[in-house]
Amino acid sequence: MKMNGAQMVCEAIIAEGVKTVFGYPGGAIMNVYDEIYKQDGFEHILNRHEQASVHAADGYARATGEVGVAMVTSGPGFTNAVTGLATAYMDSIPMVVISGQVPLSLIGTDGFQEIDAVGISRPCTKHNYLVRDVSDLPRILKEAFHIARTGRPGPVLIDIPKDITAEFGDFVYPKDVNIPSYKPTYKGNNRQIDKAVEAILKAKKPLLYIGGGVVLSDASDLVRKLAEMGQIPAVETLMARGVMGAKNPLLQGMLGMHGNYSSNMAMSETDLVISLGARFDDRVTGKLSEFAKYADIIHIDIDPANIGKLVDVDYPIVGDVKIVIEKIINRLEGKIKPSRYSDWLEVLERYDNLYPQSYVDSDEVIKPQWVIERLGELIGEKAIITSDVGQHQMWAAQHYPFDRPRQWINSGGLGTMGFGFPAALGAKKAFPNKTVVNITGDGSILMNVQELVTASEYKIPVINVILNNHFLGMVRQWQTFFYEERYSETDLSFQPNFKALAEACHGIGYDVTTKAEFDEAIKDAIAKDKVAFVNVQVARFEDVLPMVPAAGALYNMMLPKKEAK
Amino acid sequence: MENVRRVISVLVENESSVLSRISGLFAGRGYNIETLTVAPVPHSNLSNITIVTKGSARVLEQITKQLHKLVPVYKVIEHNEMIEKEMVLIKFPIEQNLADIQVLCGAYNGGIVNVGNDIIIGMVADEPCRIAHFIEATKRYNPIEIIRGGVVAIER
Repeated sequence: MKMNGAQMVCEAIIAEGVKTVFGYPGGAIMNVYDEIYKQDGFEHILNRHEQASVHAADGYARATGEVGVAMVTSGPGFTNAVTGLATAYMDSIPMVVISGQVPLSLIGTDGFQEIDAVGISRPCTKHNYLVRDVSDLPRILKEAFHIARTGRPGPVLIDIPKDITAEFGDFVYPKDVNIPSYKPTYKGNNRQIDKAVEAILKAKKPLLYIGGGVVLSDASDLVRKLAEMGQIPAVETLMARGVMGAKNPLLQGMLGMHGNYSSNMAMSETDLVISLGARFDDRVTGKLSEFAKYADIIHIDIDPANIGKLVDVDYPIVGDVKIVIEKIINRLEGKIKPSRYSDWLEVLERYDNLYPQSYVDSDEVIKPQWVIERLGELIGEKAIITSDVGQHQMWAAQHYPFDRPRQWINSGGLGTMGFGFPAALGAKKAFPNKTVVNITGDGSILMNVQELVTASEYKIPVINVILNNHFLGMVRQWQTFFYEERYSETDLSFQPNFKALAEACHGIGYDVTTKAEFDEAIKDAIAKDKVAFVNVQVARFEDVLPMVPAAGALYNMMLPKKEAK
Repeated sequence: MENVRRVISVLVENESSVLSRISGLFAGRGYNIETLTVAPVPHSNLSNITIVTKGSARVLEQITKQLHKLVPVYKVIEHNEMIEKEMVLIKFPIEQNLADIQVLCGAYNGGIVNVGNDIIIGMVADEPCRIAHFIEATKRYNPIEIIRGGVVAIER
C-alpha cells in the first residue's frame, strides 16, 4: 500500500498493539501529528514537557511489560527527551521513542531546531536510527520494536527527517525481523547449568540475589518456586521489590546501601550467591573486595557484558533468567532437601531479630516511614506505587509491602528526580482501575510538576504523596553524615503552596499534619478520582537507615536506634 | 591488574554511524585506543575495523563483550594469533643520503616511493614492534614528517 512516512509510523504503532502514545508536537514532527489526528487506532496523551512524555511511556512499559512509545520533535524536543531515554536505558526498559528531525537537505547545516539526535542518544539507547530513505522506514520501525523488547530490553530511538514523513512509499509492515548481527542468547548453556545445580546442592548457605531482570523476564513465579522448593533465602535489589512478596518468610529484604541488616549480613556470609538478573551495582555491593567474600557466584544474565564486569564469577550462565531458572528447577526437583539449609535460615532469622527494619515512631510529628507503612495498610497490594528519587524512594522500598512484580516503579539506575509523577500517569493509563500512588518528596515533585495539567486534562487520577521535610533530604542526610552539617543548597523551606498548586491545575490538594488527616486525605483522594497532591509534613531530620557509606563493606552498617516501636 | 596490548578485529555492517558507535563506546567507557583502522570488506556490505587497545584482562573482556552488544557488530575477533602489519610513510629532506634511506626502508619491507625537489618519501609495512625500531633508526636522517597507518590484522 502507498502511504507517506507519517502514516507508516502510525500503522506500525497500531500493528504493535500500542494503545497509548505520549508526546509533544513541534515543527519537525508535524507530519506525524497530522496523521495522528486522522487515526483512531491509539490514543495520544499530550504531556506538558517531553521529558514527562518519555517517563510516561516508560511507566506504561514498566507496568505492562509492553513496549512504551513516546514522540517528540527535533532539537529541544529531543534533548528534553534524553533524560527519559537514559532513565529507561539504565533500567533496561523496552521503549521506542520517535523524534522528528530537520529535512535531510538541512542536516549538518545547523538548521532551526537541528541537533544530532542519534549522536547524543548513542550512549543512552540500546540502538538508534536516522532514517535516510522512506523505503527503509517499515523495516526500521519493525526492527526498533523488536530490538526494544528482545534480549536485554532497552529504549530505541528513531529519528525521522521531516521530508521522510511527507514522502510516499510502499508500506507492508514486515512480519519478521532479520538482523544477522543481533541474536540474543536465551537458553543458557546446559553444561554450565548442570554445574550450577551441583553447586547449589553442595552449598551450605546459598542465597538468591534477585535483580530487576527477574521482573523484566516475568520470572517471578519461578523464582518463588525455586526459593520455596529448596527453602533458599532471598534478597531483592531495589529493582526487584515485589518479586518474592513482602510476606514471604524466605525474603530477607532489600540489600545494598539502604538494605536491611539480615539482607546485607546474608550477602556477607553466604557461600553461594545465585544471581538472577542482577548486575552487581555499586549501590548493592558496597566495597567490592568485601562483597560476598566467602561465596562462589552463579551469575545468570541475558547480557554477557554484565557477567564478570565487576566481580569474578564461578558459574557464568548467559540466558533469559526465566528459561534458565526453569531448567534449574527441573534438575533440582527431587534432589534438594528443603530442610537442608535450615541452620542457615535460623542464622538469618537471628540477624533479623537483632536489627529488624525499624524506626522510632512519634506522636508529635509524622514519621515518613509511618506514612509508607500506613499507605501499605490502606491500599496495599491493590495499588501500583511509583516514586521519585531520594529519601522517600528508599523509605518506600524499605517499608511498603510489595506483593507482586511490576507493582513498584522507580528509576533505579539513573536515579532520575521527576520520574515518578509522569511514570504514574503511564501506569494509570495502562491500569485505569488500579490505584496509582507516586511517593515523592518536596524536591522531586517540582521536577515535572507541570504534569498536573496533563493529569487533569486526561482525567488520569494519580495520587502524589509528598513526604515534605523541606529539604533535599538525601543530600541533606549525606551533609549531616559526611559534610559536618554544612547544608549547602539543600534547604527547601521556601516552597509553593502545594495544595493550591494542585488546585490551580484543576486537581485536588491536601495539607496533612496529623496521622488522622493522612488517612482522611488518602480515602478522599481515592473517592474524588482527581489528580491529587497529599502534602504530608514529616519529621525534618529523619535519616534513611540502615546505611552503608559509599564504598564501605556491606556488613558495616549505620543502624537505627534500638528502641524500635 | 597488568595492562596488556591487544589487537581486536571487528566485523561490522557498513553503515554511516557504525564507527562513531564504536569510538563512542571506547570513549564513554574509558577504554584506550592506540590505533584504529577501518575499510570496507570487498564484495560485501561489511566493514572491518581493527583496533589496538591496552587494558587489564577484565577491561579487555569487557571491550569484547560491549562491542558484541552493538547491534551492527557481526563478529569480534580477539586473540593472540593474529598476523599484524602497519604501514608508515616518512618524509626526509633531500640532503639526506638517498641510498642509505633506500636500504633502511628495504630492511623493513618497503622502499622509496617518491623523490621530489626538496624531499624523499619512504614507505614501509611491517609488524608494529618493528615499525617502532624503524622509526628509531630513521632519526639520524632527520625525518620531517612521520605518518603511521594504524595496525591491520588477520587471523592466522
